[in-house]
Amino acid sequence: MFAGVALFAAPAVADVGGDVTRGERLYEQCSGCHQIGEGAVNRIGPKLNLIFDRPAASIEGFRYSNGMERAARNGLVWDHPTLDAFLEDPRSLVSNTRMSFRGIKDQTDRNDLIAYLRVFSDDPQNIPEAAPTAAPVDHEVAPEILAIVGDPAYGEYLSGECTSCHQASGAADGIPSITNWPASDFIIAMHAYKDGVRAHPVMKMMAGRLSNEEIAALAAYFEDAK
Amino acid sequence: MTINRRVFLGSVGVTAGILAAPMVRAQGTPRVVVIGGGAGGATVARYIAKDSEGAIDVTLIEPTKAYYTCFFSNLYLGEFREMDSLGHSYGTLAADYGINVVHDWAVGVDRDAKTVALAGGGTVPYDRLIISPGIDFIDGSVEGWSLAAQNAMPHAYKGGSQTELLKAQIMNMPQGGTFAMVAPPNPYRCPPGPYERVSMVAHLLTQMNPTAKILILDPKEKFSKQALFEAGWADHYAGMIERIDPDFGGADVSVDPAAMTVTVDGEVTPVDVCNVIPAMKAGHIAEVAGITEGNWAPVNAADMSSKRDENIHVLGDATQQGDMPKSGFSANSQAKVCANAVRGALTGSTVFPARFANTCWSLIGTDDGVKVGATYEATEEKIAKVDGFISEVGESREVREATYQESIGWYEGITSDMFGKA
Ligand SMILES: Cc1cc2nc3c(=O)[nH]c(=O)nc-3n(C[C@H](O)[C@H](O)[C@H](O)COP(=O)(O)OP(=O)(O)OC[C@H]3O[C@@H](n4cnc5c(N)ncnc54)[C@H](O)[C@@H]3O)c2cc1C
Ligand code: HEC
Ligand code: HEC
Repeated sequence: MFAGVALFAAPAVADVGGDVTRGERLYEQCSGCHQIGEGAVNRIGPKLNLIFDRPAASIEGFRYSNGMERAARNGLVWDHPTLDAFLEDPRSLVSNTRMSFRGIKDQTDRNDLIAYLRVFSDDPQNIPEAAPTAAPVDHEVAPEILAIVGDPAYGEYLSGECTSCHQASGAADGIPSITNWPASDFIIAMHAYKDGVRAHPVMKMMAGRLSNEEIAALAAYFEDAK
Repeated sequence: MTINRRVFLGSVGVTAGILAAPMVRAQGTPRVVVIGGGAGGATVARYIAKDSEGAIDVTLIEPTKAYYTCFFSNLYLGEFREMDSLGHSYGTLAADYGINVVHDWAVGVDRDAKTVALAGGGTVPYDRLIISPGIDFIDGSVEGWSLAAQNAMPHAYKGGSQTELLKAQIMNMPQGGTFAMVAPPNPYRCPPGPYERVSMVAHLLTQMNPTAKILILDPKEKFSKQALFEAGWADHYAGMIERIDPDFGGADVSVDPAAMTVTVDGEVTPVDVCNVIPAMKAGHIAEVAGITEGNWAPVNAADMSSKRDENIHVLGDATQQGDMPKSGFSANSQAKVCANAVRGALTGSTVFPARFANTCWSLIGTDDGVKVGATYEATEEKIAKVDGFISEVGESREVREATYQESIGWYEGITSDMFGKA
C-alpha cells in the first residue's frame, strides 16, 4: 500500500537533470509494461514508484527474473547512474533480465526520462537524504566573476556559507575556528577535505564543490577577517 | 537587552521615527523592509546592513522583543538546554548594524504604493520588501483541534511559551500515562523535528516516569532519518515508543481536547498529554501580500524573489522553492543569497551565483547526535539538491558525541550569524 497524493509532487517541475515534460512523453515507451503514480500496480513489469534509492528487485509480490535477483544480491540500487546504464541497454547491466526492451541510446532522452521517474520518488524537501534531483556539475563561473577571483569580496560572499557553523568572531564551541588562519594552512586543510584525505562528511561536502580559485578567495578573506 | 533609541518600543509615530533616525542619509537612499526577525529575516537584515555599509536603509519589523529559537527547543524538553539560552534580543542588530528595528506586526502590504501597514498604525515605505514570516497552521487539518485548543493540546511548533507549556504538561503526567503526538503531513518545518521531540520526551520520561508510553500518530509513510531514529529508540527507550503509520490509521485521526482523547481509525484512546502538530502553510502575511499559491509562496531560486512580484523576496519556511527542507539552516542560507542579490539590485554591487546548503542535526539521547546535510544550487525551475550525506546506523559513540558537539557549535554559529555577536 502507498500513501497517495501527498507523496508525489505534481510532475510539472523540470530540473537540470532533465526535462520532465519531455520525459513524460518518452515514458510512453514504458507504460505498456510499467505503471507509475498514484494507484500504480504491478503489470508485466513492476510499478516504478519510489524507484530512486531502492534496491533492485525489491517490490513485494512481483516475480523478478533470476538475473535481476542476482543483480540485487550483488548490491544493485537504483539511482541516476544505475538507471542510466539499465535504460541504455538493460541486458548489459542485468544479464538475463526479463525486461525485453531494446534500450535508449540518446543521453538527453535518458536524462529526461530519468527526471520524470524522479518525480515519483521521495522529495528532498521532506526527506532531505532523498536522492539528488540535480546532477553534480562544476560551477560555471561567469568570466566577469573569474576576473575578480582572489578578491576577498568574493571570499566574503562565499564565507556566508561557512559562518552558519564557524563563528565569524573566531569563537569556537564544538566547531573549530577558521578565522585569521595563515592562507596557506587554510588552503591545505580545505584541499584535504576536498580530496577526501580528511574524512569529515560535512566538510567533505562543503569543500567538494569549491573550485581551487574559490578556496583561494576564502583563504584570502579569512586570513584578514576581523 | 540594551534599550537603544533605534529600537522602537511600540509603534507610535513609526514612520516619523524612522525618517528621523539619527543616521546621516543621502537623498534617495534605497530602503529595504524586512517582515519577520527569525532565521531568514534577521540574517538578511544583518547581511544587507553589514555589507552595504550605510548605502541601504534597513528596517526590520518583528512583534516580539526576544526571539526564542525553535531549533534546540526539543533539547529544552529533554533538559539539555535552559529556555533562557534559546532567547535572543535584537539589540545588537539595532546598535551595531544601524537597523531600524520596529516591534510591531505587519498587517498589510500595498504592492502598488510599495508600503507595509503596521498593526499599531502608520506605514513603512520600501524599495524592496523581504518577507520571512515562518509558518501558520491550517485550520481544521486535525479534526477536533483549532488554535483555540492550543493550551489543552499544545503544538509547541513555534518557539517560546508553547514549548514551556508542553514541558509542564509532560512533568505533570501520571505515572504510566500516555504522551501522544499527532505528527504533521508534508511539507512542514524541520522534517526530523517531531521525531527528535519524541526522542527528547522519551529521554525525560525514562528518568521520571519510566512506565509511561509514547504514541505517534503519523499521516506519513516515511520520515527523515527514520532508520537512525528507530535504531536509537530501540537502543535507549526500548518498549516505550509506538508509531502508528497510515497503514494502521495514522492518517485517520481526530482529537477531543475537552475529553483528552484521540480517535484513531474509529477507536477512542484516552491520553494524558497530546502534542498536536497540524498541517502548515506560509505565515499569514504572505497570503495578505498576495504572493502565495496554494499554501506557500513560490520564489525564483537565483535570488529568492517572489514569482508574483519582482520587488518582493520571500525566505525560509514560507517559500515554495524546491528541494531544501524547511529549516533554520535553510532560511539562513537563502537569506545570504537574497542579501547579495538585493544589494546588487539596489546599489550595483557584484552579484555572485546563488549557492545553498543545509545540515539538520538531531539529538536522540545523551551524546547521541545524528545529522543529514546537502548542498543545493539554483536552476531555472527550483533550488535543486546536488550532493549530500547522512549519519550511519551503528556509528561509534565517539562519532555520535562529536556530532552532538558540532550541533552545539552550529547553534552558536547560526545565532551569531542572525543577531550579530553582542
Ligand atoms: C521543534 C523544532 C525544532 C527545530 N529544529 C531545527 C534544527 O535543529 N535546525 C534547523 O535548522 N531548523 C530547525 N527548526 C526549524 C526552524 O525553526 C525554522 O525552519 C526557521 O525558524 C524558519 O525561519 P523563518 O525565518 O522562515 O521563520 P521564523 O524563524 O519562524 O521567523 C518568523 C518571524 O516572523 C515574525 N512574524 C510573523 N508574522 C509577522 C508579521 N505579520 N509581522 C511581523 N513579523 C511577523 C515572527 O514573530 C517570527 O519571529 C526546528 C523547528 C521546530 C519547531
Ligand atoms: C516489454 C515490457 C517492458 C517495457 C517496455 C519496459 N519494461 Fe522495465 N521491466 C519489465 C520487466 C518484466 C521487469 C522485471 C525485470 C526482471 O525481473 O528481470 C522490468 C524492470 C524494470 C526496472 C527494475 C525495477 C525493479 O523493481 O528493480 C526498471 C527501473 C524498469 N524496468 C524501467 C523501465 C523503463 C524506464 C522503461 C521505459 C523506457 C521500461 N522499463 C520498459 C518490463 C518492461
Ligand atoms: C555545517 C557546519 C559547517 C559548515 C557550513 C562549514 N564547516 Fe568547516 N568545519 C565544520 C566542522 C564540524 C569541522 C571539524 C571537522 C573535522 O573534525 O575535521 C570543520 C572544520 C573546518 C576546517 C579545519 C579546521 C581545523 O581546525 O582543522 C576548515 C579550514 C573549515 N572547516 C573551513 C570551512 C569553510 C571555508 C567553510 C565554508 C565554505 C566551512 N568550513 C563550512 C563544520 C562546518
